Amino acid sequence: MEYKQYVIGVIVSNVSGVLSRVSGMFTRRGFNIDCLTVGETESAGFSRITVAFRGDNDIRDKILKQLEKLHDVKEVEVLDPNDTVIRELLLIKVHNSPATRQDIMTAVEIFRSKIVDYSPSALICELTGETSKIDAFIELMKPYGIMEMCRTGIVAIERGDNCLKTMKQL
Amino acid sequence: MRITGAKIVVETLIEQGCETVFGFPGGQVIDLFDELYLSSDRIHHILTAHEQGAAHAADGFARATGKVGVCIATSGPGATNLVTGIATAYLDSVPVVAITGNVPCSLIGRDSFQEVDILGVTMPVTKHNFIVKDIRELADTLRSAFKIAKSGRPGPVLVDIPKDVQTAEWDFEPRPDPVRPYPLTFASENKLRRAAELINAAEKPYIYFGGGIVSGKASKELLALADKTDAPLGSSLMGLSAVPYDCPRFLGMNGKHGHYASFAALTEADLVIALGVRFSDRSAFEGDNLPRIIHIDIDNAELDKNVPADLAIEGDIKDSLYRLIPMLGEHEHPEWSARIEELRNEERRRYALADSRRGDIAGKIAPHDIIGVVSSLASEDDIIVTDVGQHQMWTAQMYPLRKPRTFLTSGGLGTMGYGMGAAIGASAATGRRAVLFTGDGSFGMSLNELATAVSQKTPLVVVIMNNGVLGMVRQLQTRFYDKHYSATTLARQTDFVKVAEAFGAKGGRAANADELRALAEEAFAYDGTFVIDCAVDCDEAVQSPLRETD
Repeated sequence: MEYKQYVIGVIVSNVSGVLSRVSGMFTRRGFNIDCLTVGETESAGFSRITVAFRGDNDIRDKILKQLEKLHDVKEVEVLDPNDTVIRELLLIKVHNSPATRQDIMTAVEIFRSKIVDYSPSALICELTGETSKIDAFIELMKPYGIMEMCRTGIVAIERGDNCLKTMKQL
Repeated sequence: MRITGAKIVVETLIEQGCETVFGFPGGQVIDLFDELYLSSDRIHHILTAHEQGAAHAADGFARATGKVGVCIATSGPGATNLVTGIATAYLDSVPVVAITGNVPCSLIGRDSFQEVDILGVTMPVTKHNFIVKDIRELADTLRSAFKIAKSGRPGPVLVDIPKDVQTAEWDFEPRPDPVRPYPLTFASENKLRRAAELINAAEKPYIYFGGGIVSGKASKELLALADKTDAPLGSSLMGLSAVPYDCPRFLGMNGKHGHYASFAALTEADLVIALGVRFSDRSAFEGDNLPRIIHIDIDNAELDKNVPADLAIEGDIKDSLYRLIPMLGEHEHPEWSARIEELRNEERRRYALADSRRGDIAGKIAPHDIIGVVSSLASEDDIIVTDVGQHQMWTAQMYPLRKPRTFLTSGGLGTMGYGMGAAIGASAATGRRAVLFTGDGSFGMSLNELATAVSQKTPLVVVIMNNGVLGMVRQLQTRFYDKHYSATTLARQTDFVKVAEAFGAKGGRAANADELRALAEEAFAYDGTFVIDCAVDCDEAVQSPLRETD
């Protein structure tokens, strides 16, 4: 069966333990998470979780229903990839050497990345973009020697005036 | 009025209509127990022998009445001892509020004495759980716990209260009424119309109902639906007691340990109307040749979870049926009814064959004789409770249940040791007699609660089907493991009559049906707890509709 990636936005009460409840549901029911991010929203009482996972329609529906059952989950929505801005942030540290420096700089420029730290032996690039762009940049950096890297996982928000809000927030 | 957190807990429990709680004290709930002591004229605390017994008692209280059952335990081991009871309630959708003490907030996270993260431990087995670190939120959190426990598909909620929150003081204003559940979910009219079309077109409909009929109080509507559609009824284990056993349309429990006719009719039906069930793996609902399925349940997450339905409807079961029935024509399916009758005859033939092969075994009582004798003496209002194992399936198959909420069993989790606590809780809730069918294995896990039954003067008849083995597992070992009876032969020398007497109960032993009758007559006339130890042969097997005979 061909699985595709789904991205869902989840509005939750901003209370302690809520991340455990949401991530625990995935573990407990045997669903796999590609990535999960959580952060504040425009309303103090609520956080927003973005989860990406692979599955078919059936798995997607089961995940949505199980999330909706959690008391702290106020809103769940599958985000349409064609109508959603999806971004991820990458920080990547690569070896800095005279031989490779120029090639790295070129790649950084083409990808509209930024060098945010520079030392004689290492440099750190910052890159924002869709997952595929991040993946491509990492591939490009591999030959230069990746010392360490860190990516945030995706955040996603729908285009236009569609908003994922609970009645309480409105 | 400004009162302590401990008093807020007690006042909120009383406000929520809670008259009886089950629990066991400890260092971190001593303040709460002090308030229970001071308010003992308004709220009755029943001390159990073990916290697990308290959790099962709260569960039994809830199952017997439909009200929220409450149990209280201290931090650490007190809290973890509740877990099996909470999980039992969770799997069977029973409204329970569990209150645990915890170490003071300043000591949380430091592996303090008797500290455990009970929130983390119970997250997967509760509908929701709370820790209250701010006394200002205490009363409303408890109210939320009751609201969540009894809303929609019921379930257990745990509230963890650190000791310093119990001793702090805050203003408390009692509410005039208990919290109301969240508004019901009503099925969509369009979906009900589509259901009606499918039902009107069906030639071999079969109604498969579960515990949702009991908790949704929809027995009357269920029977009306069966009459109008001329459909047989089969239940899950949890559905038992929703309709009287002798209802002509009722074929009994289906599934792997169900009645043959109920099971076979399900496999031959062209439409299964599944009501308040979750298609557990025990329902034997698998394979490629599934009939069309209409599934109605209050929990949206159960729809299409285990078995895909052709039409899945989320909604309150009583309301759904009430609105669905007028959309249906009056149906008669004479061929289907005739086929059902054939299946019933085949079932009778199979049971008679099994009986004749079995014959009489000297010094042992047949399980159906045990149930026959006991049920002939019990009243239809007595609450029938089981533990888990062969005796549970025999009781589920054969006991003549007549009224909803008179059959309490651990269906989903299958908790051995459930019965004693549940029986005590059910009897405390209703003032009626409880009859516990148990096995020597299960009873060994909970017989400490005889102490509670005796101290509470619980009218309770305990019927032990004592075969000296862990029969359900042994039965599997007989069939599938070359009779390697690994760890299922008990070889114990426990004298259950002496055990009963040592706890202050009465007891007797029966090796044949006449002895059993004499003892049972004494037991049902006795105003207290009476244990009957019945000798059962170790090779008695639970019949399965999946094969001819064992």
